[in-house]
Amino acid sequence: MYNTDWTKDFPILNQEMNGKAFVYLDSAATSLTPEVVLEKMNEYYREYGVNVHRGVYAMGAKADGEFESVRDQVQKFIKASSREEIVFTRGTTTAINMVAFGYVLPKLQAGDEIVTSMSEHHANFVPWQVVAQKAGATLKFAPLDANGAVTPAALQSVMSEKTRFVALNHMSNVMSALNDVQALSRVTHEFGAEILIDGAQAVPHLSIDVQAIDCDFYAFSGHKMFGPTGVGVLYGKYACLQAMEPFEYGGAMIDQVQQFTTSYKDAPYRFESGTPMIAEVIGLGAAITYLEKIGYATIQTQIETLREYAIQQLEQLEQVEIYNPHNHEAATIAFNIKDVHSHDAVTVYDLEGVAIRAGHLCAQPLLSEIHQGSILRMSLQVYNTKADIDRFIAATKKASDFLDVLFL
Amino acid sequence: MSYSYDEQMFRQIIMDHYKTPRFKGLVEQPGFVTVHLKNPSCGDDMQVQTQVENGVITEVHHDGSGCSICCASASMMAQLVSGETIEQAQAKKQAFYDMVSGQGIDEELLDEAISLQGVAKLPPRIKCATLGWKAFEQTISKETVEQAEGVTIVTE
Ligand SMILES: Cc1ncc(COP(=O)(O)O)c(C=O)c1O
Repeated sequence: MYNTDWTKDFPILNQEMNGKAFVYLDSAATSLTPEVVLEKMNEYYREYGVNVHRGVYAMGAKADGEFESVRDQVQKFIKASSREEIVFTRGTTTAINMVAFGYVLPKLQAGDEIVTSMSEHHANFVPWQVVAQKAGATLKFAPLDANGAVTPAALQSVMSEKTRFVALNHMSNVMSALNDVQALSRVTHEFGAEILIDGAQAVPHLSIDVQAIDCDFYAFSGHKMFGPTGVGVLYGKYACLQAMEPFEYGGAMIDQVQQFTTSYKDAPYRFESGTPMIAEVIGLGAAITYLEKIGYATIQTQIETLREYAIQQLEQLEQVEIYNPHNHEAATIAFNIKDVHSHDAVTVYDLEGVAIRAGHLCAQPLLSEIHQGSILRMSLQVYNTKADIDRFIAATKKASDFLDVLFL
Repeated sequence: MSYSYDEQMFRQIIMDHYKTPRFKGLVEQPGFVTVHLKNPSCGDDMQVQTQVENGVITEVHHDGSGCSICCASASMMAQLVSGETIEQAQAKKQAFYDMVSGQGIDEELLDEAISLQGVAKLPPRIKCATLGWKAFEQTISKETVEQAEGVTIVTE
């Protein structure tokens, strides 16, 4: 029932934290990195660590080849119709900002509307606030259902002929509610608007088909799906990317530079200015290979089994309040311990060697919706084991005696 | 007054300040300087208000939300600096910073606040323990006092 085959691939799991074997339950913040990804990046630096898109010598061609082959790999991974629809970015946050400021803002007029929701990560929330303010546009919020999801009907209820753009998550980062993004895209297009999906939390858990979803943009981060930090992907329908202004200007993105004017390359290269994150892109490729080797079915079964077990254990503790018990596809459990501030609790876990997240989780709007100033979140990945859950539950039982941490 | 190390007593002191904080709640009167500090990573949020007359801190108030260490520490801080001269309050503040960074405990100066000495072994929590003190420090800093009367909002 429980699969522990993958745990050994993650060297960090041999570490200790506060003198205890390290239990990592914060994969929604960032996933751990398997040896194969570390190896692949090491190999770049050791064996062909030169710049891309520049060298006319053999080693440059090798670097180029490895780098650009990841574009093909990402295209297949999310089923984009062409490799030119894949832009490498620093991460989800950068990808969303590129669309907000390079695509939406230039087209936006006073009185237009942008739709988002209260369950967005700050990365898919603050840029839209700023863009709306700059353009004199109005920000509207699709209401959430009891599980924290945006239903197509909920989206429809806030759409109007003034809606220009919709920005919603595929899976939220606190409640882990799964949105039916295909239906949300359909509703958006019925109103003649366009949609960006924040896939940062979805890509580690679900197979993505951007053509089936029919979204206009899709953004995700490498570091949440076994890849390195500092790399992410912006997918855009090619016509959308071609209509998007660059966010950054400089080398590599240009076609021809004259004294007073410059022409730019076509998408996606126009959006990849300067020396890119070469090792990280190559590492992302290795992460996709690794993820596909495990397979989403295995990841989902493992996480669901562990989560159901954890929920069952937590429900026996009357001091625990769970906010997303019914989100069965979720890889997270959002909860609090009654009368214990999340920050008091998290130190108890910390000293037990268990890493979980506390605070507002970059989702202050959502926390205000559920009337909590701060919460605890544990999140799972395929490398977690039943023993991890047992350690987590043991720490949870201790958390009510939170002052103990001062007297160890 | 001095304390010998007694864990049970420390626990009681901390819980007491956490559950029944001293000088909690702000006042709306002229002559106070208010500083609002937040720790955005954990959500701790603290406002401290002081009134200074002739170099003496005549009143201190605080209000905020956060974990036990943050709230209890702010309450202890208010108790410790009320009625003190600025110099004396600064010395207590420094003694508190020294204690939570593991550089010695001055029982004379810190009184009940020595109950928080265990924070020195919890580096991620030092920020919680010092948030109220940091806000207090800013209320009596020269620049803040010069622009007094208004509310200064600072995000840490
Ligand atoms: C749903 C969601 N969107 C966006 C982000 C931001 O991703 P990054 O920090 O990699 O840019 C996160 C990361 O926490 C997230 O969970």
